[in-house]
Amino acid sequence: MPVSIRIPTYLASFSGGQSAIALEGSPDTVREALDSLWRVHPALKDRILDEQGEVRQHINIFVGEEAIRFADGLATAVPSSAEILIVPAVSGG
Amino acid sequence: MPSVHHVSAKSGDVIVLVGTMKGAFVLRANGARKKWDVGGPYSIGSPVYAMAFDQRQGRRRMWWAQQSFRWGTVLCSSDDYGKTITEPETYSVKFPAESKLALKNIWQIALGRADAPDTLYCGVEPAALFESKDAGKSWAPVKGLLDHPHRDRWVPGGGGMCLHTILPDPADPKRMTIAISTAGTYRTDDGGATWQARNQGVRAEFLPEKYPEFGQCVHKIVQHPAKPERLFLQNHWGLYRSDDSGNSWKDIANGVPSDFGFCMVVHPHDPDTVYIVPIESDEYRCTPEGKLRVYRTRNAGKSWEPLTRGLPQKNAMETILRDSLAADTCDPAGIYFGTRSGKVYGSNDEGRSWQAIIEGLPPVVCVRAALVGAGAISSPRRRGGAEKKKAGRKSSAARRAPKRKAHGRARTAKR
Repeated sequence: MPVSIRIPTYLASFSGGQSAIALEGSPDTVREALDSLWRVHPALKDRILDEQGEVRQHINIFVGEEAIRFADGLATAVPSSAEILIVPAVSGG
Repeated sequence: MPSVHHVSAKSGDVIVLVGTMKGAFVLRANGARKKWDVGGPYSIGSPVYAMAFDQRQGRRRMWWAQQSFRWGTVLCSSDDYGKTITEPETYSVKFPAESKLALKNIWQIALGRADAPDTLYCGVEPAALFESKDAGKSWAPVKGLLDHPHRDRWVPGGGGMCLHTILPDPADPKRMTIAISTAGTYRTDDGGATWQARNQGVRAEFLPEKYPEFGQCVHKIVQHPAKPERLFLQNHWGLYRSDDSGNSWKDIANGVPSDFGFCMVVHPHDPDTVYIVPIESDEYRCTPEGKLRVYRTRNAGKSWEPLTRGLPQKNAMETILRDSLAADTCDPAGIYFGTRSGKVYGSNDEGRSWQAIIEGLPPVVCVRAALVGAGAISSPRRRGGAEKKKAGRKSSAARRAPKRKAHGRARTAKR
């Protein structure tokens, strides 16, 4: 099974309507996985990362059930067949 | 989601662009400016702090900044009043990696000089000036300001550290004045290579040194193109005028209920006439005495008069923010403002009387007005004149002009 990335509904309008994208290759880290995603759907990059390459403050990325902000950030390891989830943060009361 | 209504506008109509905390709206009326259609919302749910309308070279292009606390800030445009929206795939206004800065918001979209019809500017947070020379396709920061030696000592105001005022000098292509909260007024005389603080005489009430070289909290500056050396400034406490392009400022708070306020607009045809809405104190930040009053000077600040007909004079605790007051270029001029309580008021007789155009919008943070077919206008800096007569001729040319594509790599969608 390839590594896959699931994106929120809002962003699917920038990925040809796809909300689950199977990646080519075997990325070792979240950063490598996202780089693969940008190659296929470049419009997603600026909406997920700021211009300094940081994940935007109110977006959470999970590898399986692990939030990368509590792991190694974009260097978090990606097991084979993992699902990466990109989720808008609740960010409110 | 709310349903979206579109308006159409023809030459001689007036449009008022309204940016709110939950999207953008387009108000349209004929030249009488009594009955208004409401278009929008566009960028639903997103704060829209900056809007502009570019009519140079026959365009009818709306620009606005769509901010999202999740997805960042992107410049959008439409050539048909929102029916078709262009949102770039790749964000066009971005800081370079070496700056270590990341865009938080776009606070101002300004048109370049008449002799540079493809030039646009953006004032952003964190404070920086971006320039496009290709009608908004690509943008770059103005390095002289980005690398300014004062930058480390600029601090954010209540709204953030924003560059909110952009005034290209209509007479001198190398001169421009900008304002930053909280850094003050800066001017370049060499095309943006270097910028000098121009705050002499402007008080910084909140600092131990009351008249520092920089650090003032300027809220808005306006300039009339027929008299570009004269500037009017609404400060965080203080109303000022400069007659020497900002080299020095003098107090003109003569007869206003408060010299605190945010917004300011100059009359399109009279460089001596300026409008403000005084606000009571930086603690309360509402209209004084519960009265919604626009104040006007017709003698460059020697005296001010309240304009109240049609505005509530009881229990009106309103706040009008820095970009929420605008003028069209009709004769008589139309004056418009929006409130944080979601009301938009308009006057079709230069402020003598007012009507509530719409109520119940989200908090208003930006208002811009334009006479369709009048050439270049986006912000309250446009020279007046017989623009109604010009309108018909320009409109015909515009109708013949080929349709433009706003961006090379952009997503265009019917909304």
